[in-house]
Amino acid sequence: MALLEVKNLGISFGGLRAVNGFDISIEKEALYGLIGPNGAGKTTVFNLLTGVYKPDSGKVLLDGTDITGKNTIEINKAGIARTFQNIRLFKQLSVLDNVKVGLHNKHHYSTLSGVLRLPGYRKVEKEMDEQAMELLKVFNLEDVAHVAASNLPYGQQRRLEIARAMATEPKLLLLDEPAAGMNPNETGELMDMIRFVREKFHMTILLIEHDMKLVSGICEKLTVLNFGEVLCEGKTSDVLNDPQVVTAYLGE
Amino acid sequence: MDKLKNMKKTTKNNIITYALVIAAFVIMQSLINAGSISSLLEGLMVPLCIYIIMAVSLNLVVGVLGELSLGHAGFMCVGAFASAFFSKCMRDTIESASLRFFLALLIGIAAAAIFGILIGIPVLRLKGDYLAIVTLAFGEIIKNLVNVLYIGKDSNGFHFSTKDVMALNMEPDGKVIINGPQGITGTPKDATFFIGFILILITLFIVLNLIHSRDGRAIMAIRDNRIAAESVGINITKYKLMAFTISAAMAGAAGVLYAHNLSTLTANTNNFGYNMSIMILVFVVLGGIGNIRGSIIAAVILTLLPEMLRGLSDYRMLIYAIVLIVMMLFNWAPKAIEWREKYLSFGKKKKEAVK
Repeated sequence: MALLEVKNLGISFGGLRAVNGFDISIEKEALYGLIGPNGAGKTTVFNLLTGVYKPDSGKVLLDGTDITGKNTIEINKAGIARTFQNIRLFKQLSVLDNVKVGLHNKHHYSTLSGVLRLPGYRKVEKEMDEQAMELLKVFNLEDVAHVAASNLPYGQQRRLEIARAMATEPKLLLLDEPAAGMNPNETGELMDMIRFVREKFHMTILLIEHDMKLVSGICEKLTVLNFGEVLCEGKTSDVLNDPQVVTAYLGE
Repeated sequence: MDKLKNMKKTTKNNIITYALVIAAFVIMQSLINAGSISSLLEGLMVPLCIYIIMAVSLNLVVGVLGELSLGHAGFMCVGAFASAFFSKCMRDTIESASLRFFLALLIGIAAAAIFGILIGIPVLRLKGDYLAIVTLAFGEIIKNLVNVLYIGKDSNGFHFSTKDVMALNMEPDGKVIINGPQGITGTPKDATFFIGFILILITLFIVLNLIHSRDGRAIMAIRDNRIAAESVGINITKYKLMAFTISAAMAGAAGVLYAHNLSTLTANTNNFGYNMSIMILVFVVLGGIGNIRGSIIAAVILTLLPEMLRGLSDYRMLIYAIVLIVMMLFNWAPKAIEWREKYLSFGKKKKEAVK
């Protein structure tokens, strides 16, 4: 059974049908791409999946549980984490604290023991520090753990955003244009990192991307969106050679 | 190792803040004991403690949560009247002044916290300027409500009215406790500089520890990016309300101190209205938004300065204004920050002191 099963998902903004009859089925540990021209509704699909928008129609099943119409927090707890097209970090917090915010719901102590520095506080904070540092190591950020997130170079900010999403221990990771604004070198490193994350954490990844090198390099399957509807889906090589996709998106 | 160094840095920073407050208290207290201080200045010590608590607690909302609140004096008003009401009722029942004050403090804090929750639930749906305007309005509402409140007590129990004293319909033995615009008279004068100092330390302890805990991180995450915080499962409403309520409770404590420093407690624009809220906000902004130690220093300087300059009579407000402008430039102008980092960073202590 597929990890993510979406049937007939749709939403309208006023008179505009932004997404209509969207279906997708993603197997466990798959690396799935969502592509399409600007304004096709790709990010809207992400926002529907993560509860930012409530769908008017359709169903979303994650690992067999119905998460349709739930709010962002419930969906994150159910196991979907995401990154954003325009990077959204906690700018004034350190890199380590950014990841620790991601660990927020995995570790608990009361406000009182936090204020009074009771043993519970020390124990849990230590666990959080260790776990966060481990994650930072994976993403090669341990050297900048105490730097404010806003002072990181662009590529590291992208990596930190993924690290923070991974800290919530998701089943499904959504990446919204992870390579946007990167040079070919950085994109290459990013591709390696995405592959590595999938293998190390047995992660299922759905990504939106315009960089065809990245898409054809790492995605096993693709769905192409156009005007809010699925134009085509299937194996990456088949989809990229589909004449419909070539006319609508890739160009001759 | 690197982690250890950082842990030390925040701890060190906190210790410097505590040390500064303790040192200032010891110096002032010994000056007072030696009698080398004017009675005017001595009388300013408890208000100073009140302003510091107000500034630190407002910084929790403005600096840490990142929302502008202009109704902070309203919570102080709630704390002041709730505790003064209690103290006046219990003046003859509870003999021990310290026990009575302690209970009054708890009641003032609890009342302000309850108002913080009640007001926070609707207003925290708003952001930025809208939130500022609504909190301003709520602050004024609280002040005006207190002004039309009449409460009396006789052998039959308590009587309430929002009209006048006659409407209380009390027996001849009845006593008016809250007398509308004339407020509460005859509150025991239990607040001392020492109590104020202890309350400052407690406020600091709570705020600094909260910031460096799991909840504090969540609050700051909301400030930095609400959408991202939500995407990693942070309950926005809960943490906003938490910061707002804790801040209100501390303002309530400041109010208790205020009420027990004066024999007559009335609510007017200068003590519980927007004048006070704006003045506290000035302390927070000048001390550096989010900088707890800065709030304390700004509150001290801006409270003591007008008194220190009394001798200059006509030029007093001129100098006050110039100091405000200079502090603002020193804190925020890019050139000044550059200069500070260049010339004041070699001595760690110096840099901390100007922060």
